Amino acid sequence: MAVINPFTEAAEAMIEAGGEALKSCYQCGLCTGACPWNLVRSFLTRRLIHEAQIGLVELESEDVWLCATCGACVERCPRGVEIIDIMRALRRIGTQWAANPKSLKTVMASLGTVGNPFGKAREKRSDWAKDLGVKAFAPNTEFLYFPCCTPIYDQRARRIALATVDVLNKAGVDFGILGTEENCCGESARKAGEEKLFQSLAEANIEAFKDNGVSKIIVSSPHCYHSFRNEYPELDGNFEVVHITQFLAELIDNKRLKLTKSFPKKVAYHDPCYLGRHNKIYDEPRRVLESIPELELVELPDCREDSLCCGGGGGRIWMETKKGERFSDIRIEQALEVGAEVLAISCPYCLLNFDDSLLTMDKEGLLEIRDISELVKEVI
Amino acid sequence: MDRRIGVYICYCGANIAATVNVKEVAEFAASLRGVVVARDYMFMCSDPGQELIKNDIKEYGLNRVVVASCSPLLHERTFRRVCRDAGLNPYLFEMANIREHCSWVHEDGATEKAKELVRAAVMRVYYHEPLELMEVPINPNTLIVGGGIAGIQAALDIANAGYKVYLVEREPSIGGHMIQLDKTFPTLDCSACILTPKMSDVGSHPNIELLTHSEVEEISGYIGNFKAKVRKKARYVDEEKCTGCGVCQEKCPWKVDSEFDVGLAKRKAIYIPFPQAVPNTPVIDKEHCIYFLKGTCRACEKFCEAGAIDFEQKDQLLELEVGSVIVATGYDVFDPSVISQYGYGKYDNVITGLEFERLSNATGPTGGQILLKNNQPPQSVAIVHCVGSRDKNFHEYCSRVCCMYALKFAHLIKEKTEAEVYQMYIDMRCFGEGYEEFYERVSTQDGVKYIRGKVSRVTDRALTDEEKGKLIVCVEDTLLGSFIRVPVDMVILSIALEPRADAEKIAKLFSIGRRADGFFMERHVKLEPIATLTDGIFIAGCCQSPKDIPDTVAQAKGAASEVLRLLAQGKVEIEPIVAFVDEEVCSGCGLCEKVCPFGALTPDGIERVMMVNRALCKGCGACAGVCPSSAISLSHFTPRQILEQVEALSY
Repeated sequence: MAVINPFTEAAEAMIEAGGEALKSCYQCGLCTGACPWNLVRSFLTRRLIHEAQIGLVELESEDVWLCATCGACVERCPRGVEIIDIMRALRRIGTQWAANPKSLKTVMASLGTVGNPFGKAREKRSDWAKDLGVKAFAPNTEFLYFPCCTPIYDQRARRIALATVDVLNKAGVDFGILGTEENCCGESARKAGEEKLFQSLAEANIEAFKDNGVSKIIVSSPHCYHSFRNEYPELDGNFEVVHITQFLAELIDNKRLKLTKSFPKKVAYHDPCYLGRHNKIYDEPRRVLESIPELELVELPDCREDSLCCGGGGGRIWMETKKGERFSDIRIEQALEVGAEVLAISCPYCLLNFDDSLLTMDKEGLLEIRDISELVKEVI
Repeated sequence: MDRRIGVYICYCGANIAATVNVKEVAEFAASLRGVVVARDYMFMCSDPGQELIKNDIKEYGLNRVVVASCSPLLHERTFRRVCRDAGLNPYLFEMANIREHCSWVHEDGATEKAKELVRAAVMRVYYHEPLELMEVPINPNTLIVGGGIAGIQAALDIANAGYKVYLVEREPSIGGHMIQLDKTFPTLDCSACILTPKMSDVGSHPNIELLTHSEVEEISGYIGNFKAKVRKKARYVDEEKCTGCGVCQEKCPWKVDSEFDVGLAKRKAIYIPFPQAVPNTPVIDKEHCIYFLKGTCRACEKFCEAGAIDFEQKDQLLELEVGSVIVATGYDVFDPSVISQYGYGKYDNVITGLEFERLSNATGPTGGQILLKNNQPPQSVAIVHCVGSRDKNFHEYCSRVCCMYALKFAHLIKEKTEAEVYQMYIDMRCFGEGYEEFYERVSTQDGVKYIRGKVSRVTDRALTDEEKGKLIVCVEDTLLGSFIRVPVDMVILSIALEPRADAEKIAKLFSIGRRADGFFMERHVKLEPIATLTDGIFIAGCCQSPKDIPDTVAQAKGAASEVLRLLAQGKVEIEPIVAFVDEEVCSGCGLCEKVCPFGALTPDGIERVMMVNRALCKGCGACAGVCPSSAISLSHFTPRQILEQVEALSY
């Protein structure tokens, strides 16, 4: 018979790597039930935590790399356990032992070398804006616009950045971009267990921001928002960060943007995990949508605190998820179920995942995936 | 007179000695001004420790004593008594807390800090003055607030001992939550059957003045001598004339959700809350009575042969004088609609534990049959544990009764229906007398199934044919390590017990502290579970913490015994730590009167100075702080005493 003993050293290593929170877990299993993975396959969050408690985690197991850090479990955990911190700690150790999935390794290598996850040249970082007349950020510019690597390099998501620039220009906002001087925010790297890589990306950004006299940043991605707002201060990077949906709500409130045209369609809004649960921004995106003339806002079955993740957080956007196991497919079904013609999003990862789902589910033409900035652009 | 001070340093086993060099502190103490003897001893509070002090007082002619040990809250009284027994005024004693304030919280430097604290105590005691305890008589009447099982039991015990009790209940009848319950665990006694005899005794007891539909609005005074203002709300029914025949509620055409049946049934606008109500006098619900709303109807009046309906009745304000107060205001139940995932309020057949009690009760809306909203019996029932309890998002504490009432529900369902019953639990907590045995009985004889895991969701979205038309309870079975879906017809939420919504108001009214969880705070969690920080005010039952009926009754009896203890003494000693006014200096400006929370300061009209009512004064010192001419000081906290103590600490 195989003898299994608790592995104290491994348990301690988990705690040292930032998994302190696992001590509070009383193994009720609510996290498992709250986890979207269990809509598509078995994933026992609770068991993973218990394995970590006694030091018996299999780092090579796929489970360690599944968590999309959506926060649905943390939101409701009765002991207030920061489960994402535990996952991050497991992955840090997994990364040390090179047990991380191959696709992640490739992406992380790109982040380390060229500062973006796509392995594209750093010099091309501002190519997206070259015909738009966007100015380079100068010390007296009010806002830095930080579009996120995805709209910058991924053709499918570029429309987010283009629409944002258009809207900001129309509102007369004084903004600029840093282009080649900036790096990926590093949020996904950190969640993938690459702590050092995160720190070097963050430090480089902080230095670039400080050198250029940046104090206020507009972001399109909730992931950039999260890291700038909640993680950069740990590294002495304190900037005023605003997500584009918040900024648009303010511009509309202040009458700097006038929504004159109508958009007579049924629109469902998908709360991205990192805007909603992680940063409690639920109302501003809805306020923007509600102020669009003739737009009919409908709620998805799982919304706000209960929002269903698109599957792209925690580095999952860089890993392959098998067909049949994609949360974004379920989300598309939900949107169609409530009769939405448009699924409004406010995160580049969500856009990629939903676009993919429409394609692979053969539902193109039934639903449009639109960033909120695009919808605003259409009605001004 | 020469100061002859004795100083005693306690080891408290290793509690102090682990971080404080006790011998060194004693040696240091011996060198202080006025100290004639300084000793260290293992347990100063032990009999030999006390004897040590007594002998020294005699042998060395000590006229001041300092003990450095634990918190004064624990042993100040002990050592004051020791001084008194040895013929020394007890206020010539001072305590230095070198445990809670020193050894327990420091690793390094504890010895040095202990020395400082001892020096401060010695310098303070140097200036202590002898004070005489005051005695005040105890008013023999008792006020009990809350007519649930706790208030009922305490009222009966005190009344049976021959003393007068005012029992004030906010609702139209006494009975509290217990009268709403069906059976009681683990014996399955019918709750009403065991409670109604007591209710009836209360109603007819010559020593109990029952004030239902009434609330305490103000309380003033002090132990032995409280004054309470009670608003007896108008019932619009003359209690003297009413025969309790019930015709009025039969004839009343206006229906409202019944509070007693937690909204599962209707009552009338004039109503007796339930058949065994005490008193058996109806009350008109002014909010819903159409006469009060629109000026017409008066059906009840027309049919009342006794002529008891009185629409002109006014609230009465009663002033009661009592010696002690028992607060037994009970609990509220948690509203599970805030946990949207459980679908309470969304799905008809997701119900709370209290709703189930009514459903299962013979006087309830279904006559005791356990039925779904469509009046069919359930084929399967899930009981979800820890709803609002053991959950940082709601209440962190365990509500203590839910595991047991959940088992009781399971038994009742098995007894009355053919349904399968599932318990979704985190830990089964069955700790009371006969509880573990009941757990086994429900498992073996009733065949209830247990799933260990906290339910994440209740949904009606079926994934299979078997799930169609069912409520699906989603949970990780943590023992199987599988996420499972359990289709059932009925879901019962074992909801938490929580502090009353107005607990803050009640706490302020009676000067009771509250814990972080919101329940009323006892004086000491283990050793004074009934007294509060206000002398003469006691707590009993679920207002202090969630508890079952046996524990509630035990605590209520304890509260009665606290009251009877005071009554047996007939008088109580009051600490002489009160404000005094230097009449030479006082100009009678009255600022102190404004800040005194106890109304202890009043102007003497003739001399133009302020006077202190020593019985009302609690010694808080607010007056001394505000007096512009420093005419007021506080005995035992004179400027000299405090400044010397501070001086000692600032060396």
